[in-house]
Amino acid sequence: MSEQAAITAPSGTPLLTVEYLTMRFGGLVAIDNVSFQAADSQITAIIGPNGAGKTTVFNCLTGFYIPTVGRLTLHHPKGDLLLEQMEGYRIAQKAGVARTFQNIRLFRAMSVLENLIVAQHNKLMQASAFTFAGLLGLARYRTAEKDAVEIAKYWMDHVGLTDRADWNAGNLPYGDQRRLEIARAMCIDPVLLCLDEPAAGLNPRESADLNEFLLFIRDEHKIGILLIEHDMNVVMGISDHIVVLDYGRKISDGSPEAVRNDPAVIRAYLGEEEDEDLPPEVAQDLAAAREQEEGKA
Amino acid sequence: MAAERHDPAARRMDTGAMVKEAGATAIVVFALAFALVGLKTQDVPGGLAIITRFDDVFAATAIAFVGRMAIILLRVGRPRLVLATALPFAGILMFLLLSSRFLDPETGEKLARFLPFDSVVVNWVTTLIALGFAGRAALAIRHAAESLESLEEREKTMDRVGAQVQRAARYLGPALLLLAIVFPFMPIADRWLLDIGILVITYIMLGWGLNIVVGLAGLLDLGYVAFYAVGAYSYALLALYFDLGFWTCLPFAGIMAAFAGIILGFPVLRLRGDYLAIVTLGFGEMVRIILLNWYKFTKGPDGLSGIPRPTFFGLPFKRSAPEGVETFHSFFELTYSPIDRIIFLYYLILIMALATNLFTLRIRKLPISRAWEALREDEIACRSLGLNPRNTKLTAFAIGAMFAGFSGSFFATRQGFISPESFTFIESAVILSIVVLGGMGSQIGVVLAAVLLIGLPEFFRELQQYRMLAFGAAMVFIMIWRPSGLLAHREPTIRLWGRDGPAEAPK
Repeated sequence: MSEQAAITAPSGTPLLTVEYLTMRFGGLVAIDNVSFQAADSQITAIIGPNGAGKTTVFNCLTGFYIPTVGRLTLHHPKGDLLLEQMEGYRIAQKAGVARTFQNIRLFRAMSVLENLIVAQHNKLMQASAFTFAGLLGLARYRTAEKDAVEIAKYWMDHVGLTDRADWNAGNLPYGDQRRLEIARAMCIDPVLLCLDEPAAGLNPRESADLNEFLLFIRDEHKIGILLIEHDMNVVMGISDHIVVLDYGRKISDGSPEAVRNDPAVIRAYLGEEEDEDLPPEVAQDLAAAREQEEGKA
Repeated sequence: MAAERHDPAARRMDTGAMVKEAGATAIVVFALAFALVGLKTQDVPGGLAIITRFDDVFAATAIAFVGRMAIILLRVGRPRLVLATALPFAGILMFLLLSSRFLDPETGEKLARFLPFDSVVVNWVTTLIALGFAGRAALAIRHAAESLESLEEREKTMDRVGAQVQRAARYLGPALLLLAIVFPFMPIADRWLLDIGILVITYIMLGWGLNIVVGLAGLLDLGYVAFYAVGAYSYALLALYFDLGFWTCLPFAGIMAAFAGIILGFPVLRLRGDYLAIVTLGFGEMVRIILLNWYKFTKGPDGLSGIPRPTFFGLPFKRSAPEGVETFHSFFELTYSPIDRIIFLYYLILIMALATNLFTLRIRKLPISRAWEALREDEIACRSLGLNPRNTKLTAFAIGAMFAGFSGSFFATRQGFISPESFTFIESAVILSIVVLGGMGSQIGVVLAAVLLIGLPEFFRELQQYRMLAFGAAMVFIMIWRPSGLLAHREPTIRLWGRDGPAEAPK
């Protein structure tokens, strides 16, 4: 096990605690002993260069991978849940962890409204008494469906898709598909929303809208958001807490300001100064130049 | 393609290349036809003899060459030449074919010698192909550039047609239903037509059942006939061993088939597409082979005979009943007619098929069906939304199989005799063809496809071996012309707005 940067506890009440998370694929260590905390009603960003293991963390959290080592505790209002021991679909159903995908995964041949109603499947399934009451057309199911449509309408209003509710999801422009996927994830009524690069491929205006939308979700619905993002405008603009990964290891953890000034983060993003490899004369000159500059400052 | 068409350089005829392409086609046809058509074995006293039909081979090769030329000419935008050749060719063939009708038989016979093939049917097919070319060329002349639509445009047009048909289905459905109800009392309905009707409706029911598995849940099932067999044998064995009636056995047959569906479902939960198709195909064969070899229980290849016929609330359809049992005709004080039973069977399968349809239409609006469709679209997204993929898939398999079980027990009671031979792979293939041809997920499409695939071949029984050839040709033609099925168009199961919402969906 390698050393890792110290855990900085976020300011709010903790919602998710990740401890000693390690994921190995054969000889490849995708995540190496990562621990961090995410708080309720806060936006926690996970950043890092490509291949740092960010999406793997998500896949472990949402049950697509079973971690090699580690404990993932969700501090659910109904009690603590150990995510690494739950079956994939139960994590969304019981623990209320929703996610979106880096490459959008909508039900493309189904309408926008249907996408949002499928997300409320478990609730509707119970209301339809596992299809039997629904087949008979009982009132209980009809009211449940009406409620589901209301919830769908609420989210469509917020992502601006109400007019196009009956369109096939696959026919929507890219930016709308991204927003629809977030709305669909919100329809399962989650306690933790995991967003995998929601701003990828959006233009600056769309990504500003997205910022606002995410802040709205955080403030109005009081849920925790876990965010993977490359767009630093999004990350620095809305995050309450940032976790930085590099080569599967956590290199920094803290508030946006703290992370921005962390030398380890700067090294990961801009590369190390490789003075040792330079010929001695050049290294001397460089050192002298640097001293001069510092003297001026 | 589009760029090529408008490029004048591409339109220039390159005679050498044309002859080369057409020649290659002719060689393929020759190689295929030489053995398949050219040589034929025939029983003669003292053994088998080979008779040769090389004139047919040469005629076929020549026609393939000319036909390919016509395709090339249409492609490079020379429809006039095609029209000028195809129309007279078709005209001459028709004149030769019909000459015996209006000229004296002797001259007719003489003229008939100039026909390219021995068989009348093949000559007619050739004529129709020539007419088809002429029509295509005429269309190309009329619409000049846009006649050669790309596949995409055609798909869009056909999707619009599918949407219109589905909208029309609201009126078309009841009309067809009414037709189906009054059909047995129409003067044309003889025993033969009623039998075809029963057969077509059986396949419609099977198609609707398979539509749940393939069309909605997107699970390609090549072994559907296994559930049909389970249903048929469940009824037959229950009836023969325990002396139970049709109506008592029907739910059991459905439950047994649904159970078989779950048994198949478990091992294939993780499979998709081709892999799933192979396993289901294997499952279909396994069921057939078990039925074939479990001699003590199923009588193996001998089959089960003496399966009780259905009764009308306990009244059998018989000329004379044993002591103490009243027959259908004596109860209603009718004169006995053997067709009564056929009409009863016709209504029985009609009601069963309608129940299947009603069930499917209802379940389409329920969360389980939306979950099936979502699973077809993206299984990973389903898991991330908390849908249980295992249960969802198993219900699709079970419900699809249940309907096959119901129609299987109908099959057993109608035939009175079943053997494993009735449940071969070709049956699965035909049912799947009906679903795919009709357009996956389309209810009315299944009806249309069943009539096309089951009904029409029955009418063309005289064509004998050419029947399957025409079947194959039709399938190839549809795969080229309309790969997603005749009436594939999906309507949302729930709408926020009416049909004319504030934002019209892009076509």
